[in-house]
This record gives sequence, C-alpha cells and structure tokens, in this order.
Amino acid sequence: MAKRESSPKDLGASTNQGVELTRSEAQSELLRELVAHLRQNRNQLREEWVGRISETRLLTAMTKEEIFAEATSVYDSYVEALETETFEALQAYARNLSERIIPRGVETHEVVGIVLLLRDVLARSLFAKYQTDFKKLNRILDAYEPAANRIANTVAVGFVQERERVIRQQQEAIRELSTPVLQVRERLLILPIIGVIDPQRARQLTEQLLRGIRTNRAKVVVIDITGVAAMDVTVANHLVQTVEASRLLGATVIVTGLSPEIAQTLVTIGVDLGKMNTVGDLQGGIEQAERLLGYKVVTLAEPR
Amino acid sequence: MEVPILKQGDVLIATFQAALSDADLNHLRGGLVRQVVKHRSRGVIVDVTAMDVMDSFASRTLREIAHMIRLRGAETVIVGIQPEVAFAMVQLGLTLEGVATALDLEEGLAYLIQKFKSVEQRE
Repeated sequence: MAKRESSPKDLGASTNQGVELTRSEAQSELLRELVAHLRQNRNQLREEWVGRISETRLLTAMTKEEIFAEATSVYDSYVEALETETFEALQAYARNLSERIIPRGVETHEVVGIVLLLRDVLARSLFAKYQTDFKKLNRILDAYEPAANRIANTVAVGFVQERERVIRQQQEAIRELSTPVLQVRERLLILPIIGVIDPQRARQLTEQLLRGIRTNRAKVVVIDITGVAAMDVTVANHLVQTVEASRLLGATVIVTGLSPEIAQTLVTIGVDLGKMNTVGDLQGGIEQAERLLGYKVVTLAEPR
Repeated sequence: MEVPILKQGDVLIATFQAALSDADLNHLRGGLVRQVVKHRSRGVIVDVTAMDVMDSFASRTLREIAHMIRLRGAETVIVGIQPEVAFAMVQLGLTLEGVATALDLEEGLAYLIQKFKSVEQRE
C-alpha cells in the first residue's frame, strides 16, 4: 500500500517520512472503517451486485439461486480479504469456486466481469456514503482501490490457473488414450497414430511402443501415420529415433501412410532411407510385415 | 567383474551380470575375439539385459566386438537392450550401426541359427 502514497494527489502530504508513516496507519484505520461499512450494508450491496450480474447477463449457466448463494460467499471472502489484507484464503476459495463452476461452462470473462462488478458496486456505495466529504472519499478510495484490484487479480488468476490445470489433466487423458499399441498377429504390432504429435506425445508414443515390443516379443512393427497431417522437424527426428531404438530391441519398423508434407520434412532433415522402411498404406505395410515374418495369406474359397 | 563366456554348440554366449567398467569391457573384447577362433564358433551372443546404462564407451566397444568377430569369421548379435536404454542410446546417437540386435537370448539364438542356415544354403 505504501506505493500508492506517491501518487500525484498525495504529493503534498508525503513530503517527509514521518507523515507517510502516520498516513499508512491512517490508511489501515480507513480500511477498517471501510470493512465496517461493507459489513453493515452487506444485504443491500449483495443484492445490488446480484442484480447487476443478471442485468449484464453474466453467469447464464447458473440459476438465480446459485448465483445468489455464490455471490454471498464471494462477498464475504471479499470483505475478509479487504480486512485482513491476506489473500491466501481468497485464493483457496477462488480455486474451489473455479473447480465447481468450470464444468458448468463458466467463461473467464464472466468471472472477471463479476469481480469487477462487485468492485464497482462497492466503490459506488463509497461514493454515496462520502459524497459530502470529498477529501475523505479520496483517502478511502486510496485504501480501497489497491486492495480491490489485488482481489480481482487474485480471483482471475485463480480461475485461469484452475482452467489450465483442467486442460493439462485432459491433455494427459487424451494422450493416454491416443497411443494404442495393438498386436495383429503373433510378433506383429501396429501403432496407428492420429492427430497432432507434439514432442511430448512423440516421447510417450516411443515409450509405449518400446515397452509393447518387449512385452509382446514383437519382431515387426507397423507405424501408421495416415492420420497425421504434418510433423515438425523435431518430431520427424523423433520418429527416426524411434525406428532406431526399435531396431536395438530387435524389431523391424515399417512406417506407412506418409503424407506428402511429412515426406518433404523427412527429406529436408536428410533421413537415411536405408534405415527407414516405408510403405504407402497400412495394408501394404501389413502385407510386407507378414512377408518378413514368413506368413502367407491364402484365400481358401471364393468369396460368396 | 569378469564376464563369463559360455560355449553352447556353435555359439559363444557372454552375459553381462552387472554394469561393467571400461577395463572389464576391454577384457571381454579380448576374451571373445580370442575364444571365437579357439572354439571354432560361428556365432556370438552378447547379452546386456542387466545393463541399465549404456555409455558411449560401452556401445563403441560392443560395435568393435561385433566388427572384430566378423573379421574373425563369425556373426555377433547383441541381445537384451532395455527399452529405456535403447531410447537413451539413439538420443545420444549410439545406434550400433552394422550390428545385429535381438530382443533376448532366445531371439538371438534364433537369429544366428537362421543366419547359419542361409549361409549353408548358399554353399
């Protein structure tokens, strides 16, 4: 809060240290007064806030009763944070709130919006209360604004962090699901890859494949990348490394379904084609794998 | 720690029991290259299942072993490289070029027997 004291309108008062100190104490005093005011008018201000929320059509995913219940606890945590000037409890509350409302589809702008609304509603009530004493209003706002802004900041950051955590979790889940290593014949694995491969997913694919080779005692692996539109140089290099690592485990890798873009990338990084075994499509890849393993597919009867 | 070299028919089998020092690796190289002719072996299997780290010296020595043994008239296959070790190796660029590899001892033996057969057919 000390920073605020050098703002232009305080210049006259903050010319020496002693004055600043007394002002700082005075500021906590003001903050206490402010909190008392907010406690006193809790019901009225809260209702006004909820009214403004529905007016501006925020939190449309929630019912009126839910908004009211949440608003009450947000209001109380807000006042408490103002009073104690500690934000840990509020942070925890913001995280908890985010956890509950993110699955309901509440957007970041809504959360930021309602906190800013509350800030405005409270500021207006201060205007109303001190409209006769402009100097005092100024000092009260000096105490209120930094704290209020920090609260808004804390809640918004808490919400965004929670969102990011959820996204990370989902990414992990998708990754787990998206790397199936399947055995199609004795000693023959296929690894169909679909979607975008980032370096992290590439790494996971490799780990799963190498483990799969070991557990299934595979001799040949077909990696099908028909579903991958493009890959960058890092991932392409990783693919080459995967092929080499598989060879160290005694398995031959056949890569199928290379798109023209990926072929271009591989040529650009100058991959050694002697090491890469590539076939046009998955069917061709499996046929070649069967040849390598000594299988021969014969038709027993004319198809009906 | 010395690596025991076992003779099994036409094949010599050297199994690493633990991580080896550089001196042990050199010793193993000498032993294998000498014994492969002494026993008139046609194949050598180096089993590295117990190795959880493969540094550049170890992988270079393995490659040298394989190439020297080829010059002495036999085939070498490295077996039992762990998945994590394999990936760490390729990331370091240690790809054991020109050296045959197999999943484990059983696969390695199968590979050598296959190799012997194809040589006999050619003759």
